[in-house]
Amino acid sequence: MAWTSSGIESVQVIAEAVRRKRATATEVVAATLERIRAGNGPLNAVRETCDADAIAAASRLDDRIAAGEDVGPLAGVPIAVKDNIAAESGHTCCGSRMLEKYRSPFTATAVQRLTNAGAIIIAKANCDEFAMGSSTEHCAFGAVRNPHDHQRVPGGSSGGSAAAVAGGLCPAALGSDTGGSVRQPASFCGVVGVKPSYGRVSRYGLVAFGSSLDQVGPLARNVTDAALLLHTMAGVDRRDATSSAESVPDYLAEINTPIEDLRLGVPREYLSEGNDPAINEAIAAAIDTFRSLGTTIVDIDLTLTRYGIATYYLIAAAEASSNLARFDGVRYGRRAALDPGASLEALYARSRSEGLGPEVQRRIMLGTYALSAGYYDAYYKRASQVRRLIKDEFDRAFTKCHALIGPVSPTPAFEIGSRSEPLAMYLADAYTVNANLAGICGISINCGYAQAGASRLPIGLQIQCQALDEMTMFRIARMFEKQSA
Amino acid sequence: MASPTPLSTDEVRRVARLARLDPGAADVERYCAQLATIIEYVAQISELDVQGVEPLTHPGLPADHANRLDHDDPQPALPLQALAKNAPAMEGPFLAVPKVIGGGGAEGA
Repeated sequence: MAWTSSGIESVQVIAEAVRRKRATATEVVAATLERIRAGNGPLNAVRETCDADAIAAASRLDDRIAAGEDVGPLAGVPIAVKDNIAAESGHTCCGSRMLEKYRSPFTATAVQRLTNAGAIIIAKANCDEFAMGSSTEHCAFGAVRNPHDHQRVPGGSSGGSAAAVAGGLCPAALGSDTGGSVRQPASFCGVVGVKPSYGRVSRYGLVAFGSSLDQVGPLARNVTDAALLLHTMAGVDRRDATSSAESVPDYLAEINTPIEDLRLGVPREYLSEGNDPAINEAIAAAIDTFRSLGTTIVDIDLTLTRYGIATYYLIAAAEASSNLARFDGVRYGRRAALDPGASLEALYARSRSEGLGPEVQRRIMLGTYALSAGYYDAYYKRASQVRRLIKDEFDRAFTKCHALIGPVSPTPAFEIGSRSEPLAMYLADAYTVNANLAGICGISINCGYAQAGASRLPIGLQIQCQALDEMTMFRIARMFEKQSA
Repeated sequence: MASPTPLSTDEVRRVARLARLDPGAADVERYCAQLATIIEYVAQISELDVQGVEPLTHPGLPADHANRLDHDDPQPALPLQALAKNAPAMEGPFLAVPKVIGGGGAEGA
């Protein structure tokens, strides 16, 4: 069958083939399940495939297509969904023992909008527990490995989603980005990953980690696929009062518009000498590419960049400590087996300590500490004030340029087990957390490779634009992709 | 500003209790060291002058800042049966928990 022999196809190629009856959704689903069976073993990108539901959904689509119906722009496109995004297909475990057996009784809006457009949920992708991590090593169902080098991490926390796309298991996936969790694994795995502006995509059904930071975003093999997925998912949702009421532009209509009228800002702080030299070389080459595309390059100062990690970890941990209070062993999730006569307090504490992994417990404690009496002003409140300063600095930068370009991460993919100290892991997010704090959008697109022994490790270029200006972000990314092809 | 380090075992136990966590002795020791390192790092935000800066708790756009009002028309809720499937212990249509009022406590789980 064409779908197994000629390599994985893009979202648009698959949808076009299914819509024009050159392939059936059933064939695409069967071939994709076979790919996952054959390729997932060494990667552990996928926790479970949703065989029965996917086959049934494909069959229904094929019937509708045979009846002459337009089933939508994502006809028959198999999508892997990160394990912290609710779907009635399969389990929604959030990479945690706490939710090992949890089946969501509802489907997230982002997922529902994709399936309404013809997409098919093919699998649930592994992630760091409750999306807390930058390597997908902190997953109760085993570490995920980078398809470019199995001894290295895929990044995180959407590492399973990125590895599934990069490893050719499926054409696209959903992730979530609270501090870089879509962009950084996209960078490490050499795929396209989008962190939409805060409010662009409904958070309904995304298991909450940091509610003022979280966004669902697509990972795909090219910019146009990512734009099509975001266009399908985005827009106001009655079930998420923080979803933006602003209309969603037709990204695909303008994505190929030349960018010579644009000014691109390069934050000096992003080209730190602390970066891996290969990163700085690749970004310098990308800047040359943009010059050749006719854009104006301007230097920008983002002097607060270095306070991003501290600010982010205080705010994210504080929000997490509140959000994860819901896991108490009463309504869903793991319940500790206790002796008769044990108190409700003991039930809460034992269930949480047994069900939640060490990194999650650490962040809950950090957040609880930052919110507790005597520390609130020094930590949480001050972090929220610095957050405004960071947002104001971005606002000023965007009066001088249309977009900011730089690396996604200071390093390419690191070795599994090499960042056992929590703080060393947090620093992997130095260039990504500020977009979440400010609510702006960002994309990661491959811009080169670093040689490490026999491995070629992908390097991601990050393009950040003002809140809700995904259109400009996609245009810049698309022109870069075209030029580098 | 409160001194960030070192974190005592008592302090870690106090925070764990507030967070409804029950770490073992070895975990407490480990958290003392790890949390102290993290807190020392995040304390660098005290270098910045934030006098008079309004805290930013939500990055929404100005147009979205106002509370959004919705019509008060009830929508169907998920059926109890669907929700109860994920509950660790039920008694009839109720979630079962240890006895809360009257001390002591009933059967755990």
